[in-house]
Amino acid sequence: MPSTIVTLTLNGTERELIARPSTTLLNALRETFGLMGAKRGCAQGGCGSCTVLLDGRPAVSCLIPVVTVGGSTVDTIEGLADGDRLTDVQQAFVDHFATQCGFCTPGMIMSATALLDRNPDPTRQDVTEAICGNVCRCTGYEPIITAVLSAAERRRDAPQSPATAGL
Amino acid sequence: MGRVTPVDTAYFAGERAGDFTVIGSPVQRSDARGHVTGRTVFFEDLTPPGLTHVKIHRSTRHHARIDRVDVSGAYEVPGVLRVITHEDVPNNWYVVLRLIGVGPDDEPVLAEDRVLYRGEPIVAVVAETEEAARDGAARVVVDYTDLPAVLDVEEALADGAPIIKQAGTNHFVYEGHHCRRVRLGDVERGFAQADHIIEGRYSSSPIEHAPVEPTGCVVVPQGDGRLRIHSNTQAAFFTLDNTALILGVPPTSLRVVGGTVGGGFGGKVDVIVEPLACIAAMLTGRPAKYVYSRAEEMQVSSTRAAERIVIKDGVMDDGRIVARQVTLYVDAGAYSRHSPYGATKAAAHMPGPYTIPNVHIDCYCVYTNRTPSSAMRGFGVTIGDFALESHMDHVARELGLDPLRLRLKNAYRDGDMKAHRKIASGTALVEVIQRAADLVGHDLPPEYRAMSSAERPEG
Ligand code: FES
Ligand code: FES
Repeated sequence: MPSTIVTLTLNGTERELIARPSTTLLNALRETFGLMGAKRGCAQGGCGSCTVLLDGRPAVSCLIPVVTVGGSTVDTIEGLADGDRLTDVQQAFVDHFATQCGFCTPGMIMSATALLDRNPDPTRQDVTEAICGNVCRCTGYEPIITAVLSAAERRRDAPQSPATAGL
Repeated sequence: MGRVTPVDTAYFAGERAGDFTVIGSPVQRSDARGHVTGRTVFFEDLTPPGLTHVKIHRSTRHHARIDRVDVSGAYEVPGVLRVITHEDVPNNWYVVLRLIGVGPDDEPVLAEDRVLYRGEPIVAVVAETEEAARDGAARVVVDYTDLPAVLDVEEALADGAPIIKQAGTNHFVYEGHHCRRVRLGDVERGFAQADHIIEGRYSSSPIEHAPVEPTGCVVVPQGDGRLRIHSNTQAAFFTLDNTALILGVPPTSLRVVGGTVGGGFGGKVDVIVEPLACIAAMLTGRPAKYVYSRAEEMQVSSTRAAERIVIKDGVMDDGRIVARQVTLYVDAGAYSRHSPYGATKAAAHMPGPYTIPNVHIDCYCVYTNRTPSSAMRGFGVTIGDFALESHMDHVARELGLDPLRLRLKNAYRDGDMKAHRKIASGTALVEVIQRAADLVGHDLPPEYRAMSSAERPEG
């Protein structure tokens, strides 16, 4: 099957690539665009380490043929921080020791970001559901849940936070 | 940030070196910013130009003779550059622990004429793409003659069991002995004097570490002829030295770049992927990546060893343990890796933190036709502790004693002789139990409160 030209709005900028039918969104991000934030853990949809936002919703990029998402908006961890200024979610992960080896962290932060963007006042249950597709083998999840809840609180107290404004 | 967890200064006030500045206080991780911004570089984030990919054809049998290996199918796959067999490995036999003088070399990098477990690597295929490497590996054909497999530690040691190891026994030999042994006093005399004999049998399954980042490496040939190995190893120097020995090159011709590990838990201390990736890079002159698929990570990466532990205690009516006999079997799987060391730790650990005058421990490192086991977080002692402390509770129940008082009675005091003939010092177990009892609201009578790890009460 021939390759296709695919256009994406990637971290706010329109980008183009030539993709084979088998190229996953994850491979396109890593190999074509050099965005290494999304990680390949299982390559089969089971771990969430490759999570990005596809039109604002979390998606496991390892399972998505990039040719099927032409015209979409894709946001990765690299697009979050404003220069060196971390988003509230990123800062909360640092403050609450929600990252150990760091391999799950980009995917985890993308899932958490998507949650807070659509639900500014999540319950603990909402948080656990939002990250249930993201496997972390290091933290035991508690610090991650605390970080997400505290980011929500911080965002409610300071709604002008740069957070994901513009996503 | 200030201290958030108070440090208990009540105990050992005279012995503390000074005020702690870190313990109990939050300190920001140095790597956290990189993690939350996606800037931390893991080995797979490296994509040197011309990168090739290594995939493995693995044994489909638990134990079999290899009659024929046909690699011609692999070469028919477009993009396949090279097929690697054991003949391409300069020093094919190794054991990770040889660096600390433990032998014999019992594991081949690639199988020669026999496989000892399902999933054992037989042939490596190097190709332009992962897909082609996978395809090529799938097209290798191996003819086997099945041999009887041994899948249980006690069966492996039974009379008449098929011997699977070249060394001639299904157990590791420790300085001429069939197992690691600890002996103190006379355990039979201890049992004879005991009021009660209480036995227990405990076992565990193999446990896979399941790091989120699969085990792997990228090897990049350098202009000066050296190989730069980007690896997620937890043991950079084991990797450097073992790889050099396997390749038959001086360690100075290799450089290991490590330090970023996407979850390891001990599962990334074996030296498995780097030698083959180096050979691939040497044969093609191009960078090579060898990373496990998730299925390989779960099926063939080393596990925590399954253990079977039999404990027999001789106990007095008042709870004093006067004799302890332990037989422990570590299932090493098909090859040694770190298991002989784990079994040694288990043997040293099994008396527990208790002062027992008569101790007899036999700890076997047993080979079976299962996935090799190796290091994992406190291997050799974690399962032993599970068994020991379960057994202490069992003893307490049998005697109708409070489980904490039973432990306080038997706990090491400073100056006690341990079963392996070291004098206990800095023990503190008594105080830790007392403090734990306070925290959970567990009642301890005054004579137990008054106990101290610095002195042993009479009797
Ligand atoms: S790598 Fe995509 S879900 Fe695991
Ligand atoms: S921090 Fe290691 S997997 Fe989550």
